[in-house]
Amino acid sequence: MNNWIEIGSVTDIPVLGARIVRRGSANIAVFRTSDDTIYALENKCAHKQGPLSEGIVHGCRVTCPLHNWVFDMQTGEALGADEGKVPTYPVEVRDGQIFLSLESAGNTSEPMAANG
Amino acid sequence: MKERLVVIGNGMAGMKVVEELLAQAPDMYDITVFGDEPYGNYNRILLSPVLAGEKTIDDIMLNDIAWYNENNITLHSGCKVDYIDRLAKTVSTNDGAKTPYDRLLLATGSKPFILPVPGHELKGVIGFRDIYDVENMLETSKAFKKAVVIGGGLLGLEAANGLALNGMDVTVVHLMDTLMERQLDFTAGAMLRKSLEEKGLNFITEGSTEAILGEDRVTGIKLKDGQEIEADIVVMAIGIKPNIELAQKVGIYCERGVVVDDTMLTYDPNIYAVGECAQHRGIAYGLVAPLFDQARVCANHLVHKAYLAYRGSVTSTKLKVTGVDLFSAGNFSGGEGREEIVLKDANSGVYKKLVLNDNKIEGAVLYGDTGDGAWYFQLMRDGTDVSDIRNTLLFGQAHLGDAGHGGSNVMALPNDAEICGCNGVCKGDIVDAISAKKLFTLDDVRAHTKASSSCGSCTGLVEQLLANVLGGDYSAAPAEKPMCGCTHYPHDVVRTAIVDQNLKTIPAVMKYLDWENADGCASCRPALNYYLICAWPGEYEDDSQSRFINERVHGNIQRDGTYSIIPRMWGGVTTAKELRAIADVTDKFNIREVTVTGGQRIALFGIEKKDLPAIWADLGKAGFVSGHAYGKALRTVKTCVGSTWCRFGTQDSTGLGIKIEELTWASWTPHKFKFAVSGCPRNCAEATIKDFGVVCVDSGYELHIGGNGGVKVRVTDLLCKVDTEEEVMEFSGAFMQLYREEAWYLERTAPWVERVGLSSIKARIVDDAENRLALFERFQHGQKFAQIDPWKERAEGESHKQEFTPLMETA
Ligand SMILES: Cc1cc2nc3c(=O)[nH]c(=O)nc-3n(C[C@H](O)[C@H](O)[C@H](O)COP(=O)(O)OP(=O)(O)OC[C@H]3O[C@@H](n4cnc5c(N)ncnc54)[C@H](O)[C@@H]3O)c2cc1C
Ligand code: SF4
Ligand code: SF4
Ligand code: FES
Repeated sequence: MNNWIEIGSVTDIPVLGARIVRRGSANIAVFRTSDDTIYALENKCAHKQGPLSEGIVHGCRVTCPLHNWVFDMQTGEALGADEGKVPTYPVEVRDGQIFLSLESAGNTSEPMAANG
Repeated sequence: MKERLVVIGNGMAGMKVVEELLAQAPDMYDITVFGDEPYGNYNRILLSPVLAGEKTIDDIMLNDIAWYNENNITLHSGCKVDYIDRLAKTVSTNDGAKTPYDRLLLATGSKPFILPVPGHELKGVIGFRDIYDVENMLETSKAFKKAVVIGGGLLGLEAANGLALNGMDVTVVHLMDTLMERQLDFTAGAMLRKSLEEKGLNFITEGSTEAILGEDRVTGIKLKDGQEIEADIVVMAIGIKPNIELAQKVGIYCERGVVVDDTMLTYDPNIYAVGECAQHRGIAYGLVAPLFDQARVCANHLVHKAYLAYRGSVTSTKLKVTGVDLFSAGNFSGGEGREEIVLKDANSGVYKKLVLNDNKIEGAVLYGDTGDGAWYFQLMRDGTDVSDIRNTLLFGQAHLGDAGHGGSNVMALPNDAEICGCNGVCKGDIVDAISAKKLFTLDDVRAHTKASSSCGSCTGLVEQLLANVLGGDYSAAPAEKPMCGCTHYPHDVVRTAIVDQNLKTIPAVMKYLDWENADGCASCRPALNYYLICAWPGEYEDDSQSRFINERVHGNIQRDGTYSIIPRMWGGVTTAKELRAIADVTDKFNIREVTVTGGQRIALFGIEKKDLPAIWADLGKAGFVSGHAYGKALRTVKTCVGSTWCRFGTQDSTGLGIKIEELTWASWTPHKFKFAVSGCPRNCAEATIKDFGVVCVDSGYELHIGGNGGVKVRVTDLLCKVDTEEEVMEFSGAFMQLYREEAWYLERTAPWVERVGLSSIKARIVDDAENRLALFERFQHGQKFAQIDPWKERAEGESHKQEFTPLMETA
């Protein structure tokens, strides 16, 4: 497991919200669900690049703020009638700290509970 | 041990209750279902299209046998309950087996009424009620030629049409002189008869059946006037009677049906009844729509929530004969105190009748052109006062200054006509999806095609498509539209529950009303957040994660992910100092574009999110506050220069506009809200396409409401005229508050005014001074907590820092 970086603590992200990790010009959106699961996705909607970090989070889904596409944050797949996929990044939570792997983007992340 | 629920009757009503239970409390009951018919649960309505060869039995199954297994429901199909021991609380079947219950649900439906004339028991004399009957008709049509249908109502005509399509020679015998005499008058009945005759059906009206002829199998019927008609099959479709045999046998109080109260409970406290067998407030319904409402209430009580009451349903039906358009709804037979408005055009085959009572639509019959059926039905269910639109009512919705509900007769459009402009969905896509994927509700269509899922202005068109493609099936959709896919409850029920049950957080609302998804979705969370803000000013803490991004960040997100902001310029008036401050931030932060908006404000475009707080700090120093151009909130008060400068001006429209803006700014509303004040009737501020427009005249102020300059332009309605500025303020605040408390989230004032009716708004604001004052006071109370500049909070405070800074920057 290479390239894991510590990006902050779970409480740095609002419940049902997101923060971004800036990486040059690209951004990764890191989400926190109501049960404190953390997901990381590229911050670019598969439709027209809308910033997913600004969407409304519900369950393990996020709704894009621009035209309401809904994505499953675990798989990055668009749900419902829309088709598309957003790359995901593996994340891990240890002692309340979030670790993000910058490699293997596109693979499905295995989320872990914050206190797990 | 779990409580045991036994359901008698495996039909549409009984299973609707079970589905509701599974959704709300899947583990609460051990459920056993008895069904006389040897199938799962199917959509009885669609037997007509099955008979007509347009659908198959498989197409119409709602819950197949596997579904019962998956949900741990014990199903005894092909098994009739013939006794209920109410003391021992068991039911028994004809094989003697007993099943105990804690609660029992009667959902035994109804039976076709069979004329008790000689010969009615002969082979080949049937009703039209279940799969057995349909199969019987289909079999007969293969071997025989001649059919008689007794009864020229909806059901009879559907049976006759189906039999004819199967190659039979069909005669309909009807007792009255007009087909469907309950719905149609003589002329319209004749129009219907003519088009059915063109399809090959024969009619005998004023024909009274005296006997059915035949030895073993039916060979014909004999009428009172001596006429004999040959028949190999006789279908009786003269009416239905609630199936209360079992209930009566065991002494449960029945009249026409099993009598239930508003909670669907019978006189036995452990036994409920729903569907066609139940009689509520004197009515035993014969249609599906009421079942949905009844089932919802019944389930609510079965899970011990007990806050819903059934108060009866308004119903509508369509004749499901392809090529013949007939729609009827409500009480269409007129009567004491009712007025009828009728439009008849025999040449083009159009007949429309509306029955009004106390200025509200109580019934509608449409023949030939049914495009506006859904609209009339909506007006009827909403109890809209139609006195203001009465003279154009019959011409349909397209003749109103309509507010984004779409034009009429969508079926006349070509398949490649674009219905949803936002998502580029064409009519053909929607129609295909509805038939291929068995879509049933607006939400289904939204989920599968995206149509009407963005701005919503095509909702009316999509609903019309649904109504037309599904025919009578659409009337099976629940009477009230749920807020979103997360709940069964419509906006009004949710709002009432929030207030009555003292629900003060989003989770509390969701818990109390059994939300289906734990965190709701992007459509209900912002709505709930707004309803709570409106209901509990000062108490409810705004949930920023339930706000759309624009309202959370207090700027407008643009397509490239940057933001635009619009500082408030009271009444559209600015100063050198303000302009200088805007120029300075533009330079300092490299703002990419500065434009002047349609609402007389200046907008700054292309701002990075992280720069927002610093820009607000600078703007704040010059005295600017947020312009709320991003919110479902008061946007702007547009003014003209009025009597201060203009030679036509009658009043100080600019000054008044500023006062109104000071009163109303920062108020959250169901959708955006715009004011304008014009200094004279030349109306340079375009006040008559605003949510609230003031037009100054020599003698005072005209107040106009419900205008819209957006997707669909709608000109305002005149609310009233007042004399003083103080009155203008009071009326403005009261109107805004009424809108805030009553409109559904994302409903603009224009459709809201059309939904509740101008008269009802006038009654509460103009005629009732006490109510107006109370509304105005509630508005001012709310404003105490709302009028805090969100930009200032964010420019200064640490509390919002997370929102504007990245979690981390890496290489
Ligand atoms: C051909 C046709 C077309 C229709 N078209 C429309 C339409 O366009 N629009 C509309 O709104 N409505 C329409 N209806 C009416 C609609 O189908 C009914 O209102 C609805 O099905 C009633 O549901 P229910 O559950 O009350 O009764 P049912 O669906 O009749 O279910 C009752 C079930 O209980 C069973 N049962 C009865 N007694 C016992 C017992 N003792 N033990 C075990 N099982 C028992 C019966 O066998 C039956 O399966 C139509 C009906 C028919 C027949
Ligand atoms: S509306 Fe009347 S008062 Fe106002 S600018 Fe126009 S002409 Fe002048
Ligand atoms: S009309 Fe409004 S929504 Fe449409 S492009 Fe222009 S600004 Fe955007
Ligand atoms: S950019 Fe995300 S839905 Fe259009």
